[in-house]
Amino acid sequence: MDTMFVRGLKRKCFDGEEDIEGTLAGIKAIPSYNLQRQSLLDMSLVKLQLCHMLVEPNLCRSVLIANTVRQIQEEMTQDGTWQMINTQSTGQASLDRLVSTDILCRSSRDQAEGKHVPAYSTFNKDFECDQAQDSSETMSTASSVQAPRSLQSNVWEMENPQENKGNFQKSLDQIFETLENKSPNSVEDLFSEVDNSYYDLDTMLTGMMSNTKMGHCDSLETFSSPTNTASNSNCKSDLNDLDHIVEILVES
Amino acid sequence: MSQKQAGGPPGESAADWCLYQLNGAAEFEVSEADIISTVEFNHTGELLATGDKGGRVVIFQREPESKNEPYNQGEYNVYSTFQSHEPEFDYLKSLEIEEKINKIKWLPQQNAAHSLLSTNDKTIKLWKITERDKRPEGYNLKDEEGKLKDLSTVTSLQVPVLKPMDLMVEVTPRRIFANGHTYHVNSISVNSDCETYMSADDLRINLWHLAITDRSFNIVDIKPANMEDLTEVITASEFHPHHCNLFVYSSSKGSLRLCDMRASALCDKHSKLYEEPEDPSNRSFFSEIISSVSDVKFSHSGRYMLTRDYLTVKVWDLNMETKPVETYQVHDYLRSKLCSLYENDCIFDKFECAWNGSDSVIMTGAYNNFFRMFDRNTKRDVTLEASRESSKPRAILKPRRVCVGGKRRKDDISVDSLDFTKKILHTAWHPTENIIAIAATNNLYIFQDKVNSEMH
Repeated sequence: MDTMFVRGLKRKCFDGEEDIEGTLAGIKAIPSYNLQRQSLLDMSLVKLQLCHMLVEPNLCRSVLIANTVRQIQEEMTQDGTWQMINTQSTGQASLDRLVSTDILCRSSRDQAEGKHVPAYSTFNKDFECDQAQDSSETMSTASSVQAPRSLQSNVWEMENPQENKGNFQKSLDQIFETLENKSPNSVEDLFSEVDNSYYDLDTMLTGMMSNTKMGHCDSLETFSSPTNTASNSNCKSDLNDLDHIVEILVES
Repeated sequence: MSQKQAGGPPGESAADWCLYQLNGAAEFEVSEADIISTVEFNHTGELLATGDKGGRVVIFQREPESKNEPYNQGEYNVYSTFQSHEPEFDYLKSLEIEEKINKIKWLPQQNAAHSLLSTNDKTIKLWKITERDKRPEGYNLKDEEGKLKDLSTVTSLQVPVLKPMDLMVEVTPRRIFANGHTYHVNSISVNSDCETYMSADDLRINLWHLAITDRSFNIVDIKPANMEDLTEVITASEFHPHHCNLFVYSSSKGSLRLCDMRASALCDKHSKLYEEPEDPSNRSFFSEIISSVSDVKFSHSGRYMLTRDYLTVKVWDLNMETKPVETYQVHDYLRSKLCSLYENDCIFDKFECAWNGSDSVIMTGAYNNFFRMFDRNTKRDVTLEASRESSKPRAILKPRRVCVGGKRRKDDISVDSLDFTKKILHTAWHPTENIIAIAATNNLYIFQDKVNSEMH
């Protein structure tokens, strides 16, 4: 699949040297394409998890977000930059690391015209203004400056890309499986479903990972920040309680 | 029908729209349950139904025009209010089923009663609306309160007579079509045969007979054998207005499929696939999301289809599958804001679209309580606002403009000042006249073309 953005172009000096000097200081504040793409990936994964569980999540929205994640994943795989985040070090990092992803809104045509080549994008005055405007809108304004620094200090573990792709895919699949309504014929089926789907999905969603051993879900767990746990605490904690579910079924 | 039609243009978007009525509480009193979730005129335009998040349906009826006041168009007054759906709990999945009314569709009127279908995420209901303005009096066996009379007191027989009474509107649920859908119902559409209708959820479309509730026929199923392979869902569907065998459904990938029920029982194979190839220069990570079709409507003529995706409305000719015949930009200035809109979930908003009676003007909603109209003949478009501040009754609506940098005129609003919480998702156009109903959160605005109202 072709890369969606043309990268590595020669920068065009639209405005002359004085602009380059003036804006060099600003370059560090503009996140690179890779960073923004990673941020979009993080945001998407958070969105997939944060489907409020009181009502069944919107399948169309989930599918669209999942497709976006797959696109990013494919592109990153082609780049060879696909790497999983170290589970320990970035427990609460994901939301902090969300940077302004304005650059991703630009079409590849705009990219080709040199309007916003990553890291050199400040040469275009218009883009500067847009960027300033946009960053005031996004919730990640504060982090956009911090992000490059924090990223450098992060240790990115290089794991087996194939395995990670598989893990990742499996996590996505789990989400989809739980979204479908299986009407089991027997009680055994019912329990096996609760075992695999409800329990795992719920554990992922509420970020209660301490006691649960779920190797293939490790990657997604990291995106459940403590703040999310708090907000999910008033969601049905009953879902965790297998006994309660049995009770309801037996009563009905 | 307006005389303007005979002479051709100027079309309705050049019309002078003014606020006719405003129903709903002031904005600071909004409760979530009052948010209007669907609006639909019946086939004559005499009745207007709205559904809300609280599961209620409110029907407005247009007062017949008074000969004494020829310049006053009939007002839409509340005709009936009833609770259509209640919240439910799915015990197997431990999830709530919302009572929000997703769609209302009127059945063509066949006798004195009116009928409509209303649906939430799971259950479709057929409601019958009847009027009662007479009641029988003078029973032999019962007294006025309905208690049985002591037979020894009955000395003569009388024939009960019908006496007039205050008009009472009765709404009764005639059919409940339940358990037909695993996923969330997004559309219902009554067939032109007036006997069947279809309901579509994210992955399946069912065909029902209006008289039979215990079974339905599955006509489209796009659920993959392995849910892991799911990449596309059904977003909207509609029957052709004249051909009872044809229907269309749209997908989250931006394609339309026209299906012929004569071809096979399961219409998984489309007869025609309408898809516009992607513009490679405009590609981004959000391309697919913004191409997802949120609404599809056949024109009254049956020749065209109207689709709405996040940034545009498109007119498709049934005979041309390769690309739409017309594309109109609704709010292209949002193209550079897609990231923020993805972040706050606005990019998933599902806007509806509507044709006017003559298929010459199309309308759709946008943000900041703006709605847009596009005249297909003159190619002119207008942006109007549905808000209390800018709409005085009978005053003509002033066109609004969103400025995207560059010269800014007075009264222009900049892109960054747009209120994305004020979205006009649901709009409806009277089947024959220039009257439109706009749902803005909990408020129902009814706008009329001033010329239209002066002609009567």
